[in-house]
Amino acid sequence: MTDVTELGVAAIREGVAKGDFTAVEVAEAFNANVAAAQQALNAFIVPTPEKAVEAAQAVDAARAAGKPLGKMAGVPIGMKDLFATRGIQTTAASHILEGFKPEYESTVSQKLWDAGAGMLGKLNLDQFAMGSSNETSYFGNVISPWRRNDGGNAALAPGGSSGGSSAAVAARLAPAATGTDTGGSIRQPAAFTGISGIKPTYGRCSRWGVVAFASSLDQAGPMARDVRDCAIMLEAMAGFDPKDSTSLDLPVPDWEAALSGDLTGKKVGIPREYRLDGMDEEVAKSWDQGIAWLKDAGAEIVEISLPHTKYALPTYYIIAPAEASSNLARYDGVRYGLRDLPDGAGLQDMYAATRAAGFGPEVKRRILIGTYVLSAGFYDAYYTQAQKVRALISRDFKEAWAHCDVILAPTTPSASFALGEKSADPLEMYLNDVFSVPASLAGLPAMSVPAGLNAEGLPLGLQIIGKPFDEQGVLNAGLAIESRAQFSAKPEKWW
Amino acid sequence: MSEYRIKGETGDWEVVIGLEVHAQVVSKSKLFSGSATAFGAEPNSQVSLVDAAMPGMLPVLNKECIRQAVRTGMAINAPINKWSRFDRKNYFYADLPQGYQISQLYHPLVGEGEIEVSLDEKNPEAVKTIGIERIHVEQDAGKLMHDQHPTMSYVDLNRSGVALMEIVSKPDMRSPAEAGAYLRKLRTILRYVGSCDGNMEEGSMRADVNVSVRKPGAEFGTRTETKNVNSVRFVMAVVEQEARRQIDLIEDGGTVVQETRLYDPDRNETRSMRSKEDAHDYRYFPDPDLLPLELDEAFLAECRASLPELPDAKRARYEGPLGLSAYNANALTAEVETAMAFEELLASVAKASGKGEADVAKRVANWLLSERAGVLSANNVLASDPKNSLEANTALVVAAESGAISGSKAKEIFALYLTGDIDLAKEIEANQQTSDTGAIEAAIAKILADNADKVEQYKGGKEALFGFFVGQTMKAMQGKANPGVVNELLKKALG
Repeated sequence: MTDVTELGVAAIREGVAKGDFTAVEVAEAFNANVAAAQQALNAFIVPTPEKAVEAAQAVDAARAAGKPLGKMAGVPIGMKDLFATRGIQTTAASHILEGFKPEYESTVSQKLWDAGAGMLGKLNLDQFAMGSSNETSYFGNVISPWRRNDGGNAALAPGGSSGGSSAAVAARLAPAATGTDTGGSIRQPAAFTGISGIKPTYGRCSRWGVVAFASSLDQAGPMARDVRDCAIMLEAMAGFDPKDSTSLDLPVPDWEAALSGDLTGKKVGIPREYRLDGMDEEVAKSWDQGIAWLKDAGAEIVEISLPHTKYALPTYYIIAPAEASSNLARYDGVRYGLRDLPDGAGLQDMYAATRAAGFGPEVKRRILIGTYVLSAGFYDAYYTQAQKVRALISRDFKEAWAHCDVILAPTTPSASFALGEKSADPLEMYLNDVFSVPASLAGLPAMSVPAGLNAEGLPLGLQIIGKPFDEQGVLNAGLAIESRAQFSAKPEKWW
Repeated sequence: MSEYRIKGETGDWEVVIGLEVHAQVVSKSKLFSGSATAFGAEPNSQVSLVDAAMPGMLPVLNKECIRQAVRTGMAINAPINKWSRFDRKNYFYADLPQGYQISQLYHPLVGEGEIEVSLDEKNPEAVKTIGIERIHVEQDAGKLMHDQHPTMSYVDLNRSGVALMEIVSKPDMRSPAEAGAYLRKLRTILRYVGSCDGNMEEGSMRADVNVSVRKPGAEFGTRTETKNVNSVRFVMAVVEQEARRQIDLIEDGGTVVQETRLYDPDRNETRSMRSKEDAHDYRYFPDPDLLPLELDEAFLAECRASLPELPDAKRARYEGPLGLSAYNANALTAEVETAMAFEELLASVAKASGKGEADVAKRVANWLLSERAGVLSANNVLASDPKNSLEANTALVVAAESGAISGSKAKEIFALYLTGDIDLAKEIEANQQTSDTGAIEAAIAKILADNADKVEQYKGGKEALFGFFVGQTMKAMQGKANPGVVNELLKKALG
């Protein structure tokens, strides 16, 4: 019998539909993988094997009764622990929300369950999605299933903030997982672990029930083995939600059906400003390879300019912390989650003690940055200025769309690094987001697909950025790369 | 109208007052959630996940609240901003679950307007125009209860998220009386529009009172803000107390500090709450969970069309076309319920008597304001008593208007009707006054014959005796003689 854990979303769905195997068999196989890897990889905060089986039983019963099956029928997935799940602990990987079990279900997770998916568990992440290496989780680091080919056993970063998601999909603990992307949190971990992930246009996926980091940037999306699986899962996740005022009131296209790797007549923009001085040679090489692949797929390659690129990172690290400093004010020990009430303490002492104990250092750092940039006397110099630059970055893209249909760039400036390597210097860590942040600030759809391995045997990703609402263009370019890269490497199982 | 001056040791002082009125918007549900807004519900029984700021919850604007604020803006002749935006005002308090209040600092919904206040009931010329700086819409906070437990405070979130209009006046008021008149007039307008019930006891309307003092003609002094004052009387008291305190302070060589104060009605004094030094830095910034609010012409036109006749226009119509005295017009328009009752009875009486409204307006006004009001209070009957019906009132006023019964007879019958069990129509019929000159002349002849001495005195110049003859005649006629006819015939008989 085939090892179903080697299969992706489409293959599992078809196998279940055809009766090659049952959904329960699939769920149990993945449950076993989750359990076996938990100790070594720490990808899940809470595994929920019974939820996976329960959903699978419903799918098997529906199939037996001849009822129509959903888009994700029989596919068990990992759920990033930023999505509220009814009755299941939802923490954003923080101590302050430890033990919090919501009485509600996020719109996106509900849509996935409605489509027939089941939940393998709640995936680890950087605390409140703040981080690029999954080293800020209160529940411990996620360890990448990948290792360098140097014979050393250095524990590597699975990327962040969706590090549990990337590790789980790469290690075959789940065929797919949800991610969220504020400045690159889907694309960077996907690139680090040799999988695909797409952040759709801002507003495609409802933010209702997703623990907020930076509201104007946060966007959910799928992480999976390949482009088609991403298309399928994104269709299940997306859609207008009246409970989210920033939700896009647009129909969800049938992205899967319209997938095509033929880029004849399409123009691919190569942004001059992304070619940084001292760029990692292998990253540069992989980018050139990507250009050649897209040319081969029929696309015309054009050089474009995104002149405000160099301001994107500082802009992001003003706007995101500013919004976060306000979004995280609700974690105060009054109504839910952690409460630290020292003897004889008043309200202010309770706030201070609760938040001191409940937030990790990176979260505190960003709250401090955000509070600073919004404070009287600094607001105009930082926040107002950042908003202006954000508008210029959006305009850069708008002008670029006059010359091209999609943009190709590296996803990250390097391959995965060892845990601890960058955590001492937050600025170096923030530089990881240099290629992913501009699309976030402009609200554009962008995805990462695996391009190959570097000399150390670690995956590198290529990023495709598209026009607003043109997820199809992004997916198609991704497919064109995927079919030429023929990326089949997977981490050797050492756990 | 003499100017209000406060005597100090160094001469006369002028007080400068501005009011920020928080008016609770009449709407079924809260500003950003579907929770109910009814007053007096069980604590925490009207709290949604949004109001409690659960993780991942998002605000969705309630358009009805905007409609009410727009109508209010139109009622004070202010421009409505077709583009406005919500900002977050960040601070920590136990009654503020989000850790921020959603308000409008930078782009309020309503711009500058004005209202005209009457400073002297008896002098219609004594009016003053008070400018309004802006109206913006914001969320109310919850309520802390300190009296439920010896060591703990309880939080009731029923009010959390209820929509408020903050109506900010210009510093245009110069006396406690002006502040009181402004607040009363504003309340009247809000109640006419129906955008706020104006119930100050229940906290539906409260004022922050800004007070400063200066020598007449000098620059504005430093102001203090006394928060949450919840009656017209208290607002006037705050102005008086605070002006006195500031003058004494300055004259003793001190300086007024800009600070927030509280009013203690039991001691009739204001107390410092917090000074500018430890004032909050609210770190306002646009709420990224909400899109800018854009209003179209059709919506504004609908708002405008839905506005009722406002108090100033009504008063002008009562004084002009209806010919009422300024005093009565004022009294009838001060409360929207009174005006409605007047217009209802006016229409009914005009119809029943076949006369024009202008012909019966004076009698209806007098009946409502003095005759009926007197009967109700003398007999301890509430205006809401079912017997105080439109039909009964119409029958009595029509009978009096036609001369069938006298005004005083109408009052008598009304009292009997309210307190006893009589048939109103029969009672009116039975008390028809007579204009039968023959019968009246006969009665007069007898009275004059019986009181020849008094007739002599009258003719000798003691004209006050005329009333005696009227009384005797009415008595002889058992109160049913038309007083006009009696007067006329008596004068003739007495030569």
